[in-house]
Amino acid sequence: MDPNNTLRIELQFSGGMELLFDNQKMIKANVPAFFSTESTTEKHAATIGDLIGWIASTQLRERPELFIGPDGSVRSGILVLVNGADWELEGELEYELEDRDEIVFISTLHGG
Amino acid sequence: MDPSNQPASSPSVTVGAAAIGARAGTGAKPAKPLRNPCNLCQSVRAILKRPKTGQQLCKECFFHVFETEIHNTIVDNKLFKRGDRIAIGASGGKDSTVLAYVMKLLNDRYDYGLDLVLLSIDEGITGYRDDSLETVKRNRDQYQIPLLIVSYKDLYGWSMDDIVKEIGRKNNCTFCGVFRRQALDRGAIMLNVDHIVTGHNADDIAETVLMNILRGDLPRLQRCTSIITNDTSEDSSGIETSKILRSKPFKYTYEKEIVMYAYFKKLDYFSTECIYSPNAYRGHARIFLKDLEAVRRTTIVDIIHSGEALSASVQANESTKLPTMSTCTRCGYISSNELCKACLLLEGLNKGLPQLGIGHTTKIRRMHEQANLALGLSSPASLSGGSTPVGDGASDVEVKVVTHIKDLGRLKNMPTLDSVC
Repeated sequence: MDPNNTLRIELQFSGGMELLFDNQKMIKANVPAFFSTESTTEKHAATIGDLIGWIASTQLRERPELFIGPDGSVRSGILVLVNGADWELEGELEYELEDRDEIVFISTLHGG
Repeated sequence: MDPSNQPASSPSVTVGAAAIGARAGTGAKPAKPLRNPCNLCQSVRAILKRPKTGQQLCKECFFHVFETEIHNTIVDNKLFKRGDRIAIGASGGKDSTVLAYVMKLLNDRYDYGLDLVLLSIDEGITGYRDDSLETVKRNRDQYQIPLLIVSYKDLYGWSMDDIVKEIGRKNNCTFCGVFRRQALDRGAIMLNVDHIVTGHNADDIAETVLMNILRGDLPRLQRCTSIITNDTSEDSSGIETSKILRSKPFKYTYEKEIVMYAYFKKLDYFSTECIYSPNAYRGHARIFLKDLEAVRRTTIVDIIHSGEALSASVQANESTKLPTMSTCTRCGYISSNELCKACLLLEGLNKGLPQLGIGHTTKIRRMHEQANLALGLSSPASLSGGSTPVGDGASDVEVKVVTHIKDLGRLKNMPTLDSVC
């Protein structure tokens, strides 16, 4: 595979999450298909964990700490769906992205 | 209230199968084993892992279990009687939006015979509450439930915007919390309602239990764990009470499921943080609970149970004195002091002494009473010259006074679906 490949990923934000992304409810993103494995030169296929870091560093306009936690996962209280299903059923951070995946981030933190 | 005892949950499960399972465009290959099948119907891909049980459910089974558990909570705790007129405290946020939707659905499905009405409080926060009230108005139309909006400005003569202009951003949540509690009761009286349901969910309650334990606030600990209360309140003042029942049908409902339900049902809710409220203390409690929950799945329910057990032992212990109740001499609201907290705060605002009622309440109340004595006033109640009718903009009155509870008339024109009062 060409390591310069990108994956077409549709990112959706709701429940107030969109406020961190200039009020965009949807971003069609081209995400690198491979990421460097920590402290090596090797590359691995992109996972949601990589995607979260990539979003925080390339898409986020303000207050990244409201999106990404110190452990590199989403901040607690943010729900993630992979192609319409709870990411807890899909391996969470380990889930390997595929072209045309749809990833939804929903904040539960706002008053109701 | 174990949902898995319910035999149902499969009647409509075939609906979503094709749509949900067909992501890879392989709809024509029935032989392929289903990934993550639903634990209940076994025939459709699961879309949710339940925080409470770890069960994985498909969309239709999730809807069924979610609604049935709330129904069971309502029935097991005998929250309502046929013919009850119930106000749904509606902010336009996720919890109250889902509550309104589910109350309407269950009332129809199980024929509770309830008369439902939406009750919203307009705190007067530009750019926040005005937008969320638009959501409530859409909910009124979508769910066909009449709506009454009562505003701080009308009730107290002050909007939150006015209050923040006067006192700054510190302590404004105290005003808002105290005023909201009474405003809901006043709205309920106007609506001739005897019961208010609110959208407090299991996560909210666990956070509140933790906060009350950390603050050593035993009376409030007791109240926050009760699913139904009629003699208590939850404002941040001393103990004040109201005669209107309040209950929390979502006491055992997890926030995650409420949000997922709203998402999958495409319910229209408003989700912006209040512009005046950082509420840092609750934020810490919340993060702490989420971290615990990551290690121990049952944390939320455990904390609620702890709160209940502690409350029971507090009640059993006679040495823990709870304040006795009487009514506010000025507005008639139930209060453990001569003046209720809302009237005390309002007095401070009207006199340009907004710190009145903030912080060490007893000390300030004493100062306040002494000051009144010095002025030759026998009782703070004598300050109230008359009552300002609700609905009067109060722009022309120098001293704004809350209408006495007993003078608070029932609305001549109850809200209908076509009107917003």
